[in-house]
Amino acid sequence: MSSATREALPQGITWFKYAAPQTFFPLAGALAPWFAAIAVVLFVAGLYIGFFVAPTDAQQGEAYRIIFIHVPAAWMSMLIYLVMAFWAGVGLAFNTRLSHMMASALAPTGALFTFLALWTGALWGKPTWGTWWAWDARMTSELLLLFLYFGFMALQAAIDDPRRADKAGAVLALVGVINIPIIYFSVKWWNTLHQGASVSLKSAPTMATTMLTGMLVMVFACWAYAIAAALWRVRCIILERERRSDWVRDYLGAGR
Amino acid sequence: MNWGSAADFFAMGGYGLYVWGSYAVTAVCIAIELVSLARRRRAAGGPS
Amino acid sequence: MLGTAGVMRSVIARDLTLAWRRKADVFVAVLFFVIVASLFPLGIGPEPQLLRAIGPGVVWVAALLASMLALSRLFAADYADGTLEQMLLAATPLSIIVIAKVIAHWIAANIPLVLIGPLLGLQFGLPGDALAVLALALALGTPSLSLIGAIGAALTLGLRGGGVLLALLVLPLYAPVLILGSLAVEATAAGLAAQPYLLLLAAMSLAALSLAPWAIAAALRISHE
Repeated sequence: MSSATREALPQGITWFKYAAPQTFFPLAGALAPWFAAIAVVLFVAGLYIGFFVAPTDAQQGEAYRIIFIHVPAAWMSMLIYLVMAFWAGVGLAFNTRLSHMMASALAPTGALFTFLALWTGALWGKPTWGTWWAWDARMTSELLLLFLYFGFMALQAAIDDPRRADKAGAVLALVGVINIPIIYFSVKWWNTLHQGASVSLKSAPTMATTMLTGMLVMVFACWAYAIAAALWRVRCIILERERRSDWVRDYLGAGR
Repeated sequence: MNWGSAADFFAMGGYGLYVWGSYAVTAVCIAIELVSLARRRRAAGGPS
Repeated sequence: MLGTAGVMRSVIARDLTLAWRRKADVFVAVLFFVIVASLFPLGIGPEPQLLRAIGPGVVWVAALLASMLALSRLFAADYADGTLEQMLLAATPLSIIVIAKVIAHWIAANIPLVLIGPLLGLQFGLPGDALAVLALALALGTPSLSLIGAIGAALTLGLRGGGVLLALLVLPLYAPVLILGSLAVEATAAGLAAQPYLLLLAAMSLAALSLAPWAIAAALRISHE
């Protein structure tokens, strides 16, 4: 933004300058290590609570301790998709490059958490319900969510022109976000109607407070990690996309 | 403390494979993401 | 000057004429439908009870795949010969033109599936009323498939690896239609009411009709820049 525009804004509203990749780049660089540090601290705390404070579960024994990564991963997978779709929408509405870059930066981390939710869910299912994959509503929805993430990333990878890739991905992300509730409810219906007498795959019915605390701490740990990873990745994307601009040339030139 | 000994901790009441299988893969995935981010940063040019 | 209805009528007429001139495309899609559905008993075994159980799902999956095959044809020809550019520049809103194109596409590509589907259901030993519900469910569900698929077709216009990429984008979004359509037939075969599923399929198609054209138009503009 030109200085004239900045002066025209009322006092105190200077956040919009961070909509420019050039100003956001150092901000992201400054914030990311903090989020990473918070993530490390919370991971240690959460795992400590999960393994050393939370008691053994009466029904599932020690196997239940997987929930301290399974549930946070599942929640993150959904939250990140929502945030990704949000930035995609902002990018389409206001035609801001950085919003699209942020959406692209979030996708791989979101896919990672989705995969972890599926993997840990399978490893939890085997000892608890006897089968690696039970086609229950939540796991099946997670699987479809993974396909939605991959579709977004594949579409952007297939398009050479970055602007077209941004906008096409954004449309896809928004279509996906509208469909997620529909997918979830139809899969839930599919599951209940087909299950019949099978076991209901809900998590442990009553959770001790320590278990809940451990889970919550882990959720925040994953959240902080996701923010750090996304900020680092968006910095890479900014450098890649803006490499012809003067500020990037100066920045990279100075580093050598 | 929940665990009588280190052996108990690793055995996880017989479920060691599942519990550690979960956390190990999580650690590996996070490591892969961080390493690939570092490499991408280096490829984009210049130190972080 | 043609009004909106006139434009729609002429777009539909043009697309249907073009599809009629290339009847082979439609036959190939129907043949694909039949082949895919026939592969399942080959893979699973001819036991009648098992086939009756998987029949609705198999016919629906085959219909999904056959419907998706036709999608790449939706905009490709217009993109290649410049007609698409004319549509983007036309006075009529792009979403209207898009609705007309999808209607024509649905008639040419999906009505054959609606007609052939019950025959495949017979192969799986489904009872008569289930076959009727299958045809109805396909008729109610395939508009959603065409509309959602058209978004994917518009997004992947002109891309290398387009067909497979289109499948990856669009098949997860097809899951609700597949689930509801399959449940409708299974319910009928089990003697229960299919009405809730059919109503939901109709509702989804109507929702898709009101929302998808905007997305398709936006995607066409994005792909064409």
